[in-house]
Amino acid sequence: MAQFRAHSVLPGFNLALGFTLLYFSLIVLIPLSALFFKTATLGWDGFVDVASSERVLASLRVTFFTSFAAAVINAFFGLIVAWVLVRYSFPGKKLVDALVDLPFALPTAVAGIVLATLYAPNGWLGQYFAAYDIKVAYTPLGIVVALTFIGLPFVVRTVQPVLADVEAEVEEAAASLGAGRLDVFRRVIFPAIYPALLTGFALAFARAIGEYGSVIFIAGNMPYISEITPLLIVAKLEQYDYAGATAIAVLMLLISFALLLSINALQWWSSRRGAR
Amino acid sequence: MSISIENLNKRFGDHVALNDINLEVKSGELLALLGPSGCGKTTLLRIIGGLDVADSGKLLVNGLDIAQRDARERNVGFVFQHYALFRHMTVFENVAFGLRVKPRKERPSDAEIKRRVTHLLQLVQLDWVADRFPSQLSGGQRQRIALARALAVEPKILLLDEPFGALDAKVRKELRRWLRQLHDELHITSVFVTHDQEEALEVADRVVVMNHGKVEQIGSPDEVYATPASPFVYQFIGNVNLFHSRIHSAWTEQHGDAVAYVRPHDIDISHTQQDNEALAGEIKLIRAVGAIVRAEVAVAGSDELVEIELSRERFDAEPMVNGDRVFIRPRQVRVFE
Repeated sequence: MAQFRAHSVLPGFNLALGFTLLYFSLIVLIPLSALFFKTATLGWDGFVDVASSERVLASLRVTFFTSFAAAVINAFFGLIVAWVLVRYSFPGKKLVDALVDLPFALPTAVAGIVLATLYAPNGWLGQYFAAYDIKVAYTPLGIVVALTFIGLPFVVRTVQPVLADVEAEVEEAAASLGAGRLDVFRRVIFPAIYPALLTGFALAFARAIGEYGSVIFIAGNMPYISEITPLLIVAKLEQYDYAGATAIAVLMLLISFALLLSINALQWWSSRRGAR
Repeated sequence: MSISIENLNKRFGDHVALNDINLEVKSGELLALLGPSGCGKTTLLRIIGGLDVADSGKLLVNGLDIAQRDARERNVGFVFQHYALFRHMTVFENVAFGLRVKPRKERPSDAEIKRRVTHLLQLVQLDWVADRFPSQLSGGQRQRIALARALAVEPKILLLDEPFGALDAKVRKELRRWLRQLHDELHITSVFVTHDQEEALEVADRVVVMNHGKVEQIGSPDEVYATPASPFVYQFIGNVNLFHSRIHSAWTEQHGDAVAYVRPHDIDISHTQQDNEALAGEIKLIRAVGAIVRAEVAVAGSDELVEIELSRERFDAEPMVNGDRVFIRPRQVRVFE
């Protein structure tokens, strides 16, 4: 500890670190380790039993696949929304800017019900899809729609300030050097916003993995097809199978942690390349 | 490449940024656009570079109207005040950028790009930082890299927007001289914007003085300093004392509402009255500043302070101290009504 302190001119290192550890323990570590302790009562064989059950694996596939798809969609369209909000001015821009945050504020169950109604085969939007024999509500596609809705603000809000920070001059410099619009985006703008975009993607992805409220209304919750892992956990809880529920939760947690860690590593690696 | 600008106008809403600009930039010359901030000099530069579009008027390069051409088709090198380097790229990649984005047919090979970039980095005396990132360089180094980047595409015209504005005084002076030398080597038609009169006078072949979106005067540095065309130029370039005809009619040599402009170093100061044009006054402050001696004289009968500069020799020949009663007399007066 002493050698950390020797290099720092900022006061209060011990206090700040102590507080951080305490806070982090109370809020994150203790609840999560409780999860692991509860799971441990199952024993290793019991855990493997739960974790390798066909229904759990299917639900994990659905959860991670739909979350990933939604995060990718959000990364792409969120970037466009952020771009428009930063680069152009138009009447009602402030209003659109405020609307972006709405998915944060809306109770997710409400979002789920609204989306399920809209995208049902006889709903306002669903009927057009139904005409082409595409079912949105009560399928994994519906889950993607709901997850895209709740994840939108993450990408917009992380990319927006970084994009605003890319000086117009840098783009002008590129243009005067003969770069076309595509080259300017590919070689100048994208590398600058890439780390932020990745952060937004990771946040939207993580949020989607844990999402419960909006999904259960639109998913149809058919085992093996459109049943998400959080629902399975709730189902176990309702059957008073607490250890089984925590076992699935632990499994989910480990996968999520590994994914987020690798995204962080990717980000660290990419920002090292563009050391600033 | 000569540039000629005819009847150029540009407005931003109600603000007239450029008002009927006519200007000729000769091939191979280094021209300075000089003026206070907000006078339209940067707007003019950006229009030449294709980063802004004029409302009306012609912009001819070698007799060809390029007003409708996009910035990237103009083959113009642009250097920005705040460098505008690509911060996620190394210095080498920054300079190579213009070559890498060329259409496939015109794009040089990797070996050729390496050769040219290395050559440019040697030209700006920074070949040893090729692998660093812009954030690891000082301001002066960054600006030289920005210049190398602009030169990489072999521009026909080089435009510099307050290139030394963000640098400290010492570096600015060095870079100024260096830019002048570089221009003497390369002879690219160059236009640079500055609000620093000393910079314009020291570096440029010709100076364009602008104010409120209009050209006040075009001439060699010596011309704009010695024979200013308007009161504005007089005041903007160098220090000047103003004498109103109501008070000092002997100096303005005419009646009516006229103002005489006299440079501080064009005033003689003496303890004895030379002739009846001389004004009596009292020295409020006299101080030697390096090679020159500055004095402030309060003219009798008015509360104005007159600034006077005299040489050391002159001062040593007739030493003066605060509170001395003296007579001042102009050697050169310019009267504007």
